Order: sequence, then C-alpha cells, then structure tokens
Amino acid sequence: MPPKADKPTKANKAMTTTPCFDFEQPLVAIQEKIEELKQLGAETGIDVSGQMTTLTRQADKYRKELYSNLKPNEKLQIVRHPERPNTLDIVSGLSPEIWFELHGNRCGMDDGALVGGIIELNNTPMVVVGTQKGHNMKDNLTRNFGMPNPEGYEKAMRLFAHANKFGMPILTLIDTPGAYPGIAAEEHGIGYAIALNIREMARLRVPVVSVVVGEGCSGGALGIGVANHIYMLEHAVYTVISPEGCASILWRDASHAGQAAEALKLTAQDLESFGIIDGIIPEPLGGAHLDVAGQIDAIGRQVAKAVELLKPHPPEALVEQRFQKYRKIGVPGQSMRHVVRQSAQEAQPAMASASKSASTNTANTANATKKSKAPI
Amino acid sequence: MSLRTWFADKRQKQKGQKSETGHYEVKDETFEQLWVECYNCTHRMLRREFLTGHGMCTECGYHFRINSTQRIEQLADAFEVINDDLVSTDPLVFTDTEPYHERIAKAEVKSNLYEAIITGIATTNGTRFALGVMDFDYMGGSMGSVVGEKITRLIEVALEQKLSLVIVSASGGARMQEGIFSLMQMVKTGAALGRFHERGQLFISVLTEPTFGGVTASFGTLGDIIIAEEGSRIGFAGRRVIEQTIRQKLPADFQTANYLLKYGQVDMVVKRPDLRQTLVGLISVHEKSLKQAGPFMHRQPAMA
Ligand SMILES: [Zn+2]
Repeated sequence: MPPKADKPTKANKAMTTTPCFDFEQPLVAIQEKIEELKQLGAETGIDVSGQMTTLTRQADKYRKELYSNLKPNEKLQIVRHPERPNTLDIVSGLSPEIWFELHGNRCGMDDGALVGGIIELNNTPMVVVGTQKGHNMKDNLTRNFGMPNPEGYEKAMRLFAHANKFGMPILTLIDTPGAYPGIAAEEHGIGYAIALNIREMARLRVPVVSVVVGEGCSGGALGIGVANHIYMLEHAVYTVISPEGCASILWRDASHAGQAAEALKLTAQDLESFGIIDGIIPEPLGGAHLDVAGQIDAIGRQVAKAVELLKPHPPEALVEQRFQKYRKIGVPGQSMRHVVRQSAQEAQPAMASASKSASTNTANTANATKKSKAPI
Repeated sequence: MSLRTWFADKRQKQKGQKSETGHYEVKDETFEQLWVECYNCTHRMLRREFLTGHGMCTECGYHFRINSTQRIEQLADAFEVINDDLVSTDPLVFTDTEPYHERIAKAEVKSNLYEAIITGIATTNGTRFALGVMDFDYMGGSMGSVVGEKITRLIEVALEQKLSLVIVSASGGARMQEGIFSLMQMVKTGAALGRFHERGQLFISVLTEPTFGGVTASFGTLGDIIIAEEGSRIGFAGRRVIEQTIRQKLPADFQTANYLLKYGQVDMVVKRPDLRQTLVGLISVHEKSLKQAGPFMHRQPAMA
C-alpha cells in the first residue's frame, strides 16, 4: 500500500525550528512563545535576549529528549517523510565522481523501484543496489513508491552476480513498504524472485553490507537484504509486516497500527538488542531529512568501515560468516513434554531402556536399519 | 519413533486434552462427524468414505484441506518423526488482542500438534526421503522460529544422509507474532537450501491450499521441481491486499494452481491421489541419474 504523503513536502533547514509531525506539537508551543517574545522585544525595545536564551535552551533540551524517546509509530512518520534521503541521493553523496547506473533485468523490464550500479567508496569500486522511493507524487509514480516488482529483484540478482564476478563488495540500501502486491507481480513470480535472491545472496563470495535507511518491510526488503553486516539508521524500522497490515489482520482494524508497531518490536534499537543487526547509524536531531549531507557522510563512514573489515577475508569465510549469522537467528525452546519424559527416564532407567527396545521392535523394518538422530 | 508409536502418542495427548478442557469431542461418536458435506457441490458423504478417498469429494473431486497427519499417511508407508519437541520461546513477548503464548496453547489443542510443521524421514515403496509437512490447523501454518529451525534441520539431515527432500507447504506466511525472527527464517531456510542445491541433491516443493507470503518467497518456490496440488491457492500477496492496492476485482481463478501453471510458476498441477506416485517417480528418476552421472562437483553450474 502506498504510504500516505500527508506531511509537508518542503524540507529545509527551517524545519529544525518549524515542527511538522503531530508528536512535535509541544515544540510548537515553545516556538510560538519565542516568536512572541521576539516581537515584543522589537516593538517595545526591551531587552529580551536573556529570556530568549533560556527559552531556546529549553526548546533544544526538549527536542533532544523527544527524539531519543520516540515511539515506533513516530519513528515510522519520520522514515516516511518525503524528503528522507533515498537510494539515489545516498549514492550521489557517497560517490559524487563515479556512478554508473546499470539498468534492466535483461528480460523485458527496468524496474524503477529498484536501482543499482557501480560506485567508488574509499577507493573501493562497489556495486550498490537499493529500493528507490520518490520525493513527490510524480517521482513516486515512476518509482512505484519503492515497491519493486519481480523484475526489480531480477535486476538486483544480475547486479549481485556482476559484483561476484568482478570481486566488488556489495552495498544494499533498504527503504521499501514491501514488494508490490499487484496482478502482474504475482503472475511473474514475485515470491520466486525474492526466494531466489535470498538463496543466491547467501552464496555470494564478496562482502555484502546492508543498510536499512527507512522502512524495511517483509520479503520485499529481504530480497536484497541478506548480508554479512546489517546496519540501520537510528529511526529506521525492519519488520515482518507493515504495522498497518499487521493491525488489519490481528486487530481486524488498521487503526491499531500504533499498537501493532509497538508489539512487532521493529525499531533499530529493538533489533540491535536482539543481536540481529550489527549497529545503528545515528541520525541528525529530528531525522535524516534535516541534514541529508551529514547523514550520507555517517552512512559512508560506517559502510567503509564494514567493507574494510570484511574485504581481507577469503570468499569461503565470507560465505560461512553470512550463513552462520542467519543460521542462529530464532533459537527454539524444547517442550516440557521432553523434560517430563527425560526425568521419568532418569527415575526409572530400567523401564526406559525396556520401552526403548520395545519401540525399536514396533518400528517399521525399513526404518530399523538406520535410526535417525532425533532427540526422542 | 515409528509412525505407529507417534500416532499412539498423539491419541494419548488428545485424550489428555479432552479431560482437561472438557470441550474436545471424540470425533467418531458425534452424528455430524459421521457426515461430510462438500463445500463445492454440497454432496453428502460418509466421513469414512471421504477419508479413504484422500479427503476429496466423492462426487466432484473437490480437494478438502487435509492436516499433516492425513498427508503423511497418504504419502508415506513409514515415517520417523524428528525434532518434534521444539517449541516457540515467544521472543517478542507478543500480545495483540490476546497474548501469543495463549494463542500457542489454543493452537496445540486445535491441531493436536506442537508446531506448524512435522518433519522426519519417510519411506514410500522402499524409497527413503526427508519429508516436511506443514499444517494449516496450527496458527494458519505460519512460519515462526520453530518452523524455520525444523525445516533447516531437516535439510541438514537430508544433506548428511544424502536423501532427497520433499516439503509439503500449507501456510499463510511468516508468523507475525515472532516479528523479525519469523522474517529471518526465510533466510535461514533459503540459505540452507543453497547448500543443498550446491551439493546437487533433489528438492521437490509441493504447494497446497493455501501457500502464501514468506513461505512462497523462500523455501516454497526453491524446489528443483515445484508441484501445486489441484485446486490450491498459491501466491505472495493475499487476494484482499492486492484488491485494496489496485482497487479492482481480481479474476476468480487468480492465484489458483492452474492459473500459476499457465503463468509458468509451477512445473505441474497434481491431483491428490496421484501425488504419492509422482513424488516416488520423480525421486527415483533423479537418484538414478545422480548415480549414473557421478560426483556433482564435476557438473556444478557457475554462480547464477
Ligand atoms: Zn463435491
């Protein structure tokens, strides 16, 4: 579902002083007070600089507190801000000199929602692939609001293979509401396209670094997200399903999206605490859109550091590290039934061995030749 | 454990639940349970007759959804269950309108299972193969950490014992209640299948009513051969989500097995009574060729 572009689209430095999100309302009150005071000073000639400084300091302190304690749905508003830097912005900032955009899946389509090409970062040629959102409605129509079709993932796979061939490290930038839920997407095998990318990304013999720069939703994000190192911007989210989708299924009402966002534990801070991501890249106060150049610098530093760390390792080690990273996510528990049975066996070893041999006898003869390694 | 002891264990569990909850009826004794009415043609048939007929309508051939136990009975002569004691740890301590751990308890009672998939080693007509069967009755067959782990361990057993692999999917997709952990199971299973693929072993994916979301976008479509069961609906995005997005009605047969066949997404559509023979035939023809062709390393294809 296309995200609603219901927030002001003009992004400029003034936004630091002109709040625009609902949760920034308390800031507006302080701001208005400062304006009033300024006007009063100008009209009456009274020196208000002392009070001004106090108020400004108060506003700054409040702002800092506000942005370090954002609720998940407030973070969602920030990452869906239309002026948030997108993949092409980040690419041009990371590598202003070298950028060769590479197009198409070689099979009938060039998906605008997923872009890729070659850059140079810290003197290292790299392949960059990312989902691409637009800054305005017109842009978003060509970019499909950052929701790729199967052909986009095919393009990504082609570029990954290219990187693999030439030994280029890969950077993927994730900001998508998900893969596109459309008729043609289903007919052209969106599920298969994502699945194949997941399987083949796991086998890539070059370093892969992923950065979730905005919203990373479901399989659409994973289709370019299998990496040696995963980073997230401070307010970015990474989730199995959009909070809106989750709410409409579990609460049967999309208006519970805020609650769903809380329950899903989808913030960068949550994912770091789970050990799923490797680090958080800080954002400028109030969000990445308020200092795009500074944000891109921070991304560049982190990515360069990660690539430097990964590059010296042989391909086999990179594949193994990436494999093990995901292999250990989601460790299940053991049912009480198992514990009960075990303690029963400890209490009555003779009985246990007797029943064990009995079960071997009842087992089918075809199975009896080779016992499985089952814990039971 | 053998198939027989495993069923005995299940029956025991069912009895225990009946006495605890008091609302679990013994199926064979109630009048309604004796008769089954077809959703498709409203034909009435005896449950006994219906079950021996592969869970299909005896009149029109409509495929009813069957559970994992019935599926295994139909596909395997013998079945050794593995990793049956894995349970979710509720990593997010998730609560929506009710806590996840309560939903798990209810799902166990409803499905008589500990998770949404049963994995093990099957033997059919003398052929041994690794078999995983998902069960829609357990939280819509959704994939959480346990489902991902059980599939991955099954792949590892198949690698170790050099067995062909069959996974019968029936799933609404990734399990929301385990959030990012569920999502990452797509990578865990996909990456394990990458290793399986590299070793040149056969994986047949059987997609049944319904298979969607994270399962379609991971192991479900990574089969060397993909079989769709007749009449099943298979896709990535749900029908309702697509209709809401594109704001138009979808064709009635959209995302059905034959629709997918038409668009080249599956190798074949198979009717339920033919599934067993199709699987055995495919496995034996591939294993025969692997024996004749020698070590896979010599034939390994270049990186995609
Ligand atoms: Zn019928």
